[in-house]
Amino acid sequence: MLYREAGQFKATYAEDSQIFPIRQDKIGIVLILAVAFVGIPLMSVAGFLSDYSFTAILTPFLIFSLAALGLNILTGYAGQLSLGTAAFMAVGAFASYNFMLRIEGMPILVAFILGGLCAAAVGIVFGLPSLRIRGFYLAAATLATQFFIVWCLTKVGWFTNYSSSGVITAQKIEMLGYTFDTAFSKYLFVLSVVCAMALLAKNMVRTNIGRSWMAIRDMDMAAEVIGFRPMRTKLMAFAVSSFYCGVAGALFAYAYLGTVEPEGFNLDLSFRILFMVIIGGVGSILGSFFGSAFIVLLPIFLNVLIHFLESSAGINLPSGISSSIELMVFGALIIFFLIVEPHGLARLWQIGKEKLRLWPFPH
Amino acid sequence: MSEGRQIGEVILDLKNISLRFGGVKALTDISFDVREHEIRAIIGPNGAGKSSMLNVINGVYRPQEGDIVFRGQHHRDMDTYEAAKAGIARTFQNIALFKGMTVLDNIMTGRNLKMKSNFLLDALYWGPAQREEIEHRKKVEEIIDFLEIQHIRKTPVGRLPYGLQKRVELGRALAAEPSILLLDEPMAGMNVEEKQDMCRFILDVNDQFGTTIVLIEHDMGVVMDISDRVVVLDYGKKIADGTPDAVRANQDVIDAYLGVAH
Repeated sequence: MLYREAGQFKATYAEDSQIFPIRQDKIGIVLILAVAFVGIPLMSVAGFLSDYSFTAILTPFLIFSLAALGLNILTGYAGQLSLGTAAFMAVGAFASYNFMLRIEGMPILVAFILGGLCAAAVGIVFGLPSLRIRGFYLAAATLATQFFIVWCLTKVGWFTNYSSSGVITAQKIEMLGYTFDTAFSKYLFVLSVVCAMALLAKNMVRTNIGRSWMAIRDMDMAAEVIGFRPMRTKLMAFAVSSFYCGVAGALFAYAYLGTVEPEGFNLDLSFRILFMVIIGGVGSILGSFFGSAFIVLLPIFLNVLIHFLESSAGINLPSGISSSIELMVFGALIIFFLIVEPHGLARLWQIGKEKLRLWPFPH
Repeated sequence: MSEGRQIGEVILDLKNISLRFGGVKALTDISFDVREHEIRAIIGPNGAGKSSMLNVINGVYRPQEGDIVFRGQHHRDMDTYEAAKAGIARTFQNIALFKGMTVLDNIMTGRNLKMKSNFLLDALYWGPAQREEIEHRKKVEEIIDFLEIQHIRKTPVGRLPYGLQKRVELGRALAAEPSILLLDEPMAGMNVEEKQDMCRFILDVNDQFGTTIVLIEHDMGVVMDISDRVVVLDYGKKIADGTPDAVRANQDVIDAYLGVAH
């Protein structure tokens, strides 16, 4: 009953091509943003939210969303499978670090953008094989990115400023004289960056560049015949995607961990982000957020749940077993979701909305 | 066929085209021309090289020998991008739509060469980018009206039935406002009513926009009714070329393709 678009008429194409053309969706997104930007800070000030909820839940959720969004542009929209996400994040993180370190008075946002651009450049270079190969073979080729970048950052001391352990400590985030040093202020910083970049990504995928990516993904031959140039389109997808991953990597270092080493950006991280994209929804901006929420929040939720069950049942499992149960349930849930809805949570969300429009009628 | 339509000069002239894949000769020494504003049909049995011929015209295949004269310019072979830019659009035998995208987006892709906005402006969806997007949307809506597919404009193409998909594919080709439209079996697998609709669209395109049409089709009724001239291929060779009536009476064509009523 609540979700009806009846009576909402669009008189111009501008109105019809809005991101959220339906009034209820508009109210929904405003509410979510209000909670994220105002509600959560208020709760934090009032003492309902601890620092832990920012450092371990909300900030990583947002950063992983951004990385998943980056990969989704490449894999979901442009159809190019990649296993090098963590490598692009590493380039973003280490490039930003070096820009901050070596250039006096470098503004942090500019360093992040330059870090992202470095990642984009690396993305273009390692995207070149995509002009010849596709699918699993391309995935194997992007695997090379993963190993090469981590190797390079470990072996070339300059990147880590000759730190003996290879660990870098990210500089403080400072803007206009304000230092983002509390968990809460870092959260707001990350939230702003992620919201802005998600909006830009949404705009890209609904205009010509996004259509060119999807065209190449769905039928490359026809795309070529109507005038899209495969090389430019694919490399653009690699560049934009790597830029997003690079910025996510910089945030990962600066706003989440604080200290990072090249080995932190290993294949595991790439796979985690790929899972987020698959579970959240391939080819969906919203899906990137769903996927990240699933992978970041679910283990925490399971952990809390198992501890709760243990204490309420009065048994005390050895710690090894309870964490194994967590992993097993988590794995089973992933398989369950993929069988029930291979197109991810975003598709479930869409089906839910379609059903809601017709409710209480079946069709 | 309309009376007001004037068939003009030769716009596309194919001379001695030969195309081989390894030892397989797909096309051997084929020459024919296409005049402006005409409907030119290519017919022939399966494997005669009809689709290969279209692929040569818009640069998907590069012939080993031959000369393609398009609007007075000689090309050894065409390039897909250059061909698209020069106003050659086409549809495919097995529908080649972008299945994950809506009808509207599919037809919008057809206008990509007319868009000037770059991706940074697109990302901001600001000023010129938005204006351009809306301006092209208007054009696309005209095509949607013309093809009578308003009701499905926001449906993903993968969910549409075959006949409508064929129509959307024509729409995507028309969105480029082509001067030559290459149609590869636009009526294959359709019932009589769908064929009638498609014929009407083809004739209207030809008549209203003056678009030159090169068409491959197996339905002889359709071919003989709507085309101005017909070229017949068999085993990669040209065996006849002329008006529908002349071709129908040609003994080689009857032997190779049409057959006789028993």
